[in-house]
This record gives sequence, C-alpha cells and structure tokens, in this order.
Amino acid sequence: MEKQIKKVDLIFGKVDYADILAKSLKRTRDEIILDVIDSGLRGRGGAGFPTGLKWKFAKNEEADQKYVICNADEGEPGTFKDREILTQVPEKVLAGMALCGYCIGASEGYIYLRGEYNFLLPSLYKQIDAFHKKLKELKFDFNIKICSGSGAYVCGEETALMESMEGRRGEPRNKPPFPTQQGYLGKPTSVNNVETLVFALMIGQEGPTKFKELGTFDSRGSKVFSVSGDTPTPGIYELELGMTLEQFVNEFGDGDTKAVQVGGASGFCVARKDFKSTLIGFEGIPTGGSMMLFNSSRSMFNILNDYLEFFEEESCGQCTPCRVGCQQLLKGIEAVKKGVKPPPYLEELQKLSDTMRIASKCGLGQSVPNPFNSIIKNFREEIIY
Amino acid sequence: MTRIEELVKEQAEKHGRKRTSLMPILQAVVSSEHYLSEEAMLAVAKELDLSTADVYGTASFYTFLDTVPRGKFIIRVCKTITCHMKGKDEVIRTIEDILKIKLGDTTTDGKFSLLQANCLGWCHKGPVMLINDEVYPEVSPEKVSEIINQYLKKG
Amino acid sequence: MSKYKVNLKINNIAISVDEGTTILDAARQLNFKIPTLCHHDDLCVAGNCRVCVVEQKGARLLPASCATPVSEGMEIQTNSLKVRQARKHIVELLLSEHNADCTKCFKNGSCELQEMSNDYRIGDHVFLDLVSEKDKVRDISSPSIEKDDSKCIRCQRCVRTCDNLQAVSALAVTHKGNKMRISTFLDKPMNDVVCTNCGQCINRCPTAALTERNYIDEVFDAIYDPNKFVVVQTAPATRVAIGEEFGMEPGSRVTGKMVTALRRLGFDKVLDTDFTADLTIMEEGTELLTRLKEALVDGKDVALPMLTSCSPGWIKFQEHLYPEYLDNLSTCKSPQQMFGPLAKTYYAEKINKSPADMVVVSIMPCTAKKFEAERPEMRGSGYKDVDFVLTTRELGRMIHQAGIDFEKLEDERYDSILGESTGAAVIFGATGGVMEAALRTAYELVTGREVPFTNLNIKPVRGMEGVKEASVKIKDVKPEWSFLEGVELNVAIAHGLSNAKILMDKVKSGEANYHFIEVMACPSGCIGGGGQPIPTNMEIRKKRAAGIYDEDEAMVIRKSHDNPEVAEIYKSFLHEPLGHKSHDLLHTHYTPRKRH
Repeated sequence: MEKQIKKVDLIFGKVDYADILAKSLKRTRDEIILDVIDSGLRGRGGAGFPTGLKWKFAKNEEADQKYVICNADEGEPGTFKDREILTQVPEKVLAGMALCGYCIGASEGYIYLRGEYNFLLPSLYKQIDAFHKKLKELKFDFNIKICSGSGAYVCGEETALMESMEGRRGEPRNKPPFPTQQGYLGKPTSVNNVETLVFALMIGQEGPTKFKELGTFDSRGSKVFSVSGDTPTPGIYELELGMTLEQFVNEFGDGDTKAVQVGGASGFCVARKDFKSTLIGFEGIPTGGSMMLFNSSRSMFNILNDYLEFFEEESCGQCTPCRVGCQQLLKGIEAVKKGVKPPPYLEELQKLSDTMRIASKCGLGQSVPNPFNSIIKNFREEIIY
Repeated sequence: MTRIEELVKEQAEKHGRKRTSLMPILQAVVSSEHYLSEEAMLAVAKELDLSTADVYGTASFYTFLDTVPRGKFIIRVCKTITCHMKGKDEVIRTIEDILKIKLGDTTTDGKFSLLQANCLGWCHKGPVMLINDEVYPEVSPEKVSEIINQYLKKG
Repeated sequence: MSKYKVNLKINNIAISVDEGTTILDAARQLNFKIPTLCHHDDLCVAGNCRVCVVEQKGARLLPASCATPVSEGMEIQTNSLKVRQARKHIVELLLSEHNADCTKCFKNGSCELQEMSNDYRIGDHVFLDLVSEKDKVRDISSPSIEKDDSKCIRCQRCVRTCDNLQAVSALAVTHKGNKMRISTFLDKPMNDVVCTNCGQCINRCPTAALTERNYIDEVFDAIYDPNKFVVVQTAPATRVAIGEEFGMEPGSRVTGKMVTALRRLGFDKVLDTDFTADLTIMEEGTELLTRLKEALVDGKDVALPMLTSCSPGWIKFQEHLYPEYLDNLSTCKSPQQMFGPLAKTYYAEKINKSPADMVVVSIMPCTAKKFEAERPEMRGSGYKDVDFVLTTRELGRMIHQAGIDFEKLEDERYDSILGESTGAAVIFGATGGVMEAALRTAYELVTGREVPFTNLNIKPVRGMEGVKEASVKIKDVKPEWSFLEGVELNVAIAHGLSNAKILMDKVKSGEANYHFIEVMACPSGCIGGGGQPIPTNMEIRKKRAAGIYDEDEAMVIRKSHDNPEVAEIYKSFLHEPLGHKSHDLLHTHYTPRKRH
C-alpha cells in the first residue's frame, strides 16, 4: 500500500484572525513579505505566481492609491473550493486581504465574486461589516467592497477581471504593464486568489517554516482540491502537495479510473498508464485544485467536446488564435469524428493548438491546447471516426 | 419619467455615475426586470453619458446580463462536464415537460425561462441548477419536479 | 522630458531606441516590416489580431510586437520559423471566418487580409469554413456606409476609430467567444443609430466589412442616358488626393488631370464645388457679422459662438449629441448643397436646360455627403438638388474602369460658369481652411484692409493640432462696422469629432468665449475625409494639406469676395448675401436627433 496522502487543515480551521492581524501590524511590511516569499507560497488560482514577490512588486510601486483584489471568480470547470472557503471561513479571506493591504500599502480591497455565487452575498456583507468593526478596533484603515461578476469565465483572468470591475467587457489587457504596476483604475494592484489569501494569513500566524515543511521544493505547502467526476467521495479536501496521481487515484478513484483531468478544463488529461509517474504540483502537473476523474464508461470524445464548447463560448473573442482557434478545434474534432476530415487532420489541429499556446493574448487561449493535446495524445482512437 | 427610467436613475444615484458603476447598475436592472430592455439600456446610457452601443456591447459580454426578455424565474442548468455526466440532460427534459417549453425559451405567462449555463461551481454535487440566485445541487428528475412545482405555486 | 535609451537586437542587428518604443516601431526603424492588421497609426494599441507576433529569446510566448514595449537586452526575431508558422495559422484562422469572395469584392486588390494571404501563399483552405450562408447579409440601410459582417475579421479598428477619434461610438464590440462581433446598439441598422456617416471606419477597415455605398453604375447610367445632362462638381480636397488612386504621391496636385478625366468619362460639364465654397464664405461671413451686430448693437439674444456647417458628419453629430446648440450652427448649406440648387436653377436657366433633365453628381472626399444629399430639406430647386455623391475612391474606380491613363493626362480647366474659384475656396479642404477663408473676407469687408498676415496666410489656424484657438483684433473699421471697433474676435477650430466634443464641452461649460468655431468631422479636415484614398495616416494627411496650401498660393485670386463669378451671381441672381433667394436656395435648418 502506498503512503497515505496527508490531509491538512490550514484553510478551514478557525483562527483568531484579529490577533494575527494585530501582531502582523506590529511587524514591518518587509518582514511579512519576506516571510511570504520564504514560505514558497505560490498563487492558488492556477498560474502559480509567487505570492510574496507579487506583494513586493506592488509594495515597491509609488502611488497615491493601491488596491487589493480577491479573485473569487472561480469559473474553472471542476473547481469549487473558493466557494467553500468563502462559505466556511470568510473572515480568514478578509483578514488575508487586510494583511495584503498592509503589506503593499493599500487601503481599499475588492472581492470580485462570480455571479454564480450571488447567494453568498448576504452572509459576506454581514461578515464584512463585522470585519470593518474589528479593523476599527485595530485602528487599521482598510475597506472591503464586493464587485459581482455576471457570468464570464474569462473574468478570472486578472486583467479581464479589472476591466470588468471598471465597467467594461472582460477582455484581458496587454501585458506589460502588469497589475502590480498598473492595475485597477491604473493603480498598482495585487490580485490574489481566495485560497492564496488564507494561506498568506496562516503564514502570518505560523511563520513560513510550518508551511515550507509541507510539500515539495517547487510546490510548498498544502492545497485545497476539488474532487469530482467518477469518485465515490466527491468533495473538497486540503491535501499536502507532492503526491503522485496514483496516490490520488488510490484515495479517490472508483477502482476503474481511466483518466484524470488535472487543473480543470484548461488543465491536462492524464491517462492511467501515467498515473504513477505524474506528480501533482508545479514540478509535474499544476492545478488550481480541480481533479476530475473519469472511469472507463466515459467517452473521451464527449469530454473533449464539452471542454471545447465551453472555451468556444467563454473566449472573450478579442484575439484571433483563441476566438477562431477554439471554433476550429471544436468543429475539427467533430469533422474527424464524423469522417468528414481524415484522422491526420488531428495533427493539423495539434499544430494549430501549438500556435494558440504561444500566440494567444491571455491564459485562456494559451491553455486550451492543454486538454486538447493531452486528450488527443492519450485517447486518439476515441476521437477518430 | 417611466418606471424603468426611475429605477435606473435611482441606481445611478446609489452607485454614482462613473463607468465603474455600469455593472452594478445593469445587474440591479436585471434583478428587477429579468433582462435589459432597449428602454433600460437607453436610460443607463443617458445616466452614465455612455453610447448606447457601448452599454449593449458591455452587457452582451456577460451571460447573466440578458438583452432579450426572460421570465420571472430564470432556470439555469449547469451543462459542464461533470453535470453532463451526472444527468443534466434528463433534468432539462423533465423541466421542459413540466413547463412545456424548450431549452432557451420562456413560458408564455412570462414566469419561467429555461437556460443552460457553463460551470456553476458545484461539480461534486451535480447536476446543479440555479433559479435566479438560488442554488439547487444534486437535482434529479424527481427532485426537480418538486422544486418547479413549488415555484409554480409561488405565483 | 528626456527619454532613456533601451538597447536590443532585432534579427541580430543591434539598435538603441527610446524607452517605451514598441517592438514594432523599433523594427520599423531598422526597416523590418512586421505585418499588422489591428494596428493603425491613428489609433490606440489593441494587440488583438496577433498577426504581428515575434519571437523573443528566452520567452515562452510570442509577444505581439505592436503592443509590447522594448526592454533592455531583448533579442527579437521577426521572421523565425516559429513566427512564420504562427503567423500563417493566424491568417488562415482569419480567412476561415472571412467571406473570401475576393473576385466579387469591392476591396479586391486593396484588401489587407488578401495581401497578407498572398504574402504567406495561403492556397488551400486548411481549416473549416466558418462563414455560413445566413451570415452573408449586408446592412445597406445607410446611404453612406455599407456594413458586411461576413467580411469582418474583428480587428476593432472601426470601433476604436468611432470611439477614440470620433467620440461617437455607434459601433461597439458585442457578445463574446464565437458570437463576438462588431455591431450597433441592439444590432440596429446603421441608418437607425448615432452613426454620423463620417466614414472614418471605412478608411481604417482592412477588409470590405465597411465600405461606402457605391453609386458608380448609377452615375454611368446617367452619363450614357441621352436625355440627361450630367454635370459634376468636385470638392476642394479631392484634387490633392485622387492621384493616390493611381499610385501618385499623397498631396500631388492633379486638379487639371482630374478635370480632363471627368470630361473623358463623359460628364457634360465639369464644374467646381470651390465656386460654392467661395459663395459659402459670402453667406456665412455675412451671417457671422449679422449675428455679431445683433448681439453687440441690438442686444439680441443671438446664438453665439456661430458654428460652421460645411461638414455633414459634424452636423449629424451635433444633431445627436448637442441638439441644444443647433441654433448656433450657421444656417448655410454646405458648398455641395449650395451647388446643387444653383445648378438646377441659375445654371439651368443660363444654359437653357430643364432641371428635370439635369443630373448633378458630386465628387467628394466624404461619405457623409451621400447622406446629406438624401436629406429631405435638400430640395431647394424643387428637385433633388444633388443626385449622386461619389467618393474620391469611387471616382478613382470609374477612371480605372474607363481605361483612362490618369497620370498621362493633360491638364484642362473647369467649365464656366460655376467653375471659377479662389485660393480661399481650396483651403476648405484642410482643417482651419474655412476659418482662414472667412477671416480673409470678413476682415477686409469690415476694415477695408487685407488680413494682417504675411501673404494672406493665417498660420495660427493651420496645422494638425486637434483644437486650435486664435484671436484677431479688429481695428480701424469702416464707419458702417463701428460696433466692431476694438473687438477681439475669438475663434476656435477642431477637426475629428472627439476634438469637436472637447470644444463643445468647453462651450457648454462656459469656459470658452468664442465667436466663431470651425469644425470638420474628419481628422485633418476633408483631406482626411471618409471618402479619401486608403490608407490614411498623419504623414499622408500632412502631405495632402501641403498640397492644398500650395494650390491656394498658386491661385491668382485668393479671397472669396474677389471671385468674379460670385460677384456676377449676386448681381444677376441672388442680389445679396442672406437675401430672399439665398434663404430659399442656400440656407437650411437642422433636426434634433436622439443620442440615446
């Protein structure tokens, strides 16, 4: 029997956030940022940018106003952990934002909450009111507001998110400039995922060591996983990073797992033969938490088809590789399936997806090739006529 | 001033007349009127001094900011992979039968619209649907009949 | 502010450029042309089409060169295998969503996508055709602009033009993903929205998604109809631009060749809008002085500043956006629309033709003139005053069709009458020109002396600055103008409607105290009109403007009031500016329209 995956309780455990904040406010901003850098914490939304560095960049910018944004536009298919965090421990998220605000020198924070989670609004507003009162007691000037999304996956991309907050179409911006330089309303902005902010708070409490001890060199700490699909135990689990997919499947599979989609629709599909050799994390396959398991009753054509339909609709549409590329990939596999195009057409589409990966404007178009190429590579026979 | 114009004005006063207020104002109109009518978008453009095309272009980007009439209760069934695997098609068929409409349509009494949505974030509890802002996870044809019947009674 | 220099290498060649320069511009400095589609020199950066991607050493992604600033030590390849493959794919993708009926297309031979497809030798369509038959519907509701979504490659140049340059935003990006498109408010027809018909979007559309409504066949039909007497008028700005349709340098002065070409095309008389430009100065100048007198002497509540009314795009803009300022617009029709009724009354009588048998065709740098000619109020002659309006580009096409070797043509002169004009008229074509022409006449009328500027060139009102202001002190006036003694006449000029908006907002807020404002809807004035040859950019427009001012200096007569034909028409027909006949034929009124 493989070693058990270690379950962790950093995120959902209750803490005295006011105490953490009070202690943190007595430290210098640089000290805290150094701790976050030292901990090795990387963004938990999927892209994995080192959180401490992001804060440092934002801190080093000079501006009359800076912003903290909590990215709660959790739209990646297969991901639902931020909703759970905001339901169970919203005060830790708010405190994480305040900590970030203190570090970078921002007095305003926004939670960009996806419209699909509007039902959370009443309880969040209550929490925010209580939190503001606590901050007053701590004499820390930081104000949090909520911006609601209205159904657009791409708004999870941080620059699209800020466009949306500014009242525009959620179209990603050209980078540079990066949000830490010119973000919301042109001001330095740190955009952090819900889970990241809670981890940062916990590092604020525990110091970097405890976090660093968990996980691997490139993937420190633990991570909240959203487990779904063909599994007897779907749900949300905080697990230590560094496990192999085989360990994961042993724990969560239904005994007949033929593939796991790691990282949501925009992630990679790993076939059974590679479970053992695949590490979940930045050394192997990174994930924002989504783990979708498929057993042998599932058609991988249908799965890829679903993903591509999703991207075709959710692409913002501004850049050519993504807007037209998604349509071509979708119509392309349909044509191959129907025998309208010969199987080698799949190779043409793979080349196209390579172009999408390097020439698209944002992460959406750049990552559509992940599911496409990995499913075609592993399950080509299921795609062709 | 019409009722819609008043609603928009009230929202503009509440949120301010800056561009950053556009989304909350549009959202407020949708939650009250279920969609953005021509009249509503004209009023918003006027209040915020934006071009009407710009307002329409922004609204049409967002799935939840409908610019065609929708019912009082908008049912959105998640269509993304896990909910698909767990039987969202049967759920949709059941709703179609009860309400006697097809996917994408609105009942003639203007009470219900039946739509699909991309991932609603409940993959561990699929199939899931939203009725307006309310979430209904783990729905089955039986459960969904019950839920819809309750809404039918609500008037 | 001095700029830091950044060192980088492009295709292994070292270069040092100003900080903030894009990779695209740095490459241009080394004479490497990187293909672009969504980029346009007149517009803000988009970085959407991705055709301009390049390879950066050490980077995972291919940056869009138009949207990426250079950085120290950067090493760029503009034509590596990776870049070529990506670029080819992108062009193929664009073609797959484009209705590529090139042989039947108005832009065949001048389409940027077609050129790129040819450059990259994209023969067989690799990818699936995404354009369905039901997408192939054109919007021809507008008399000026035709919109064909099946040709659109979503580069958004038109949207940025309509917004950044023109502050109109009739066009916007709507929907997302595979449904994303360029549309109007609620997808309404172009004629039902705030579009001013300026045509600037057409000038910047890389394909034929936006083109002018084409009336070439109708005009040829009229020419070959033995019962029709077809006269043509040519706007000031056409004569320094039409050469570009035949590969000549922008700004080439080809007035004489154009006249010859028009005659060879079969027009019965070749006349000049410049004549009515001079007439406009007489009418509008008098109107301004009258308004000033009413304000200063009679103490009447007169609408000031007075706004020029030559630019039909500006008129419609004003009707939509500032309907409360319609009284400020001069009631003068534009020179085109002064020409029409005069041709069908005064001129018809002189040449003994029935106006019913006359067809008036205009050659204009403008697409809004097409709409203007369709206005119901433009029937002062009792007939439709101007029957057909062609753009400079359409005239170029007619000359090509007729097989006329334009460059080799001899110069000929306009027919008389309605063919005589002055330097003051020709400068109507450039921003500030109407103002300059008006000042040349009004100042002299009031003081009996020429304007106090060397060689009549009123330099402060010239140039490409978006908003220009000037003041002219009026001294030693003739006794009948004593009320103007010592008055400082404040004038302002804007070109491009976003600049017009800046100016109007200043007027609205009371911040500015102008007497007279000239506005031209198009950037740089009519020389940059929506009907002018494509491409357009500041450099091209500056050359055309230089052509205009050279043309002015080359004219024997340079003040509108010195035009002998103008004197004659007042003597024998109109009697006096703002007189009864003028009122009937040369003046008009405006219609408030909805902004929202």
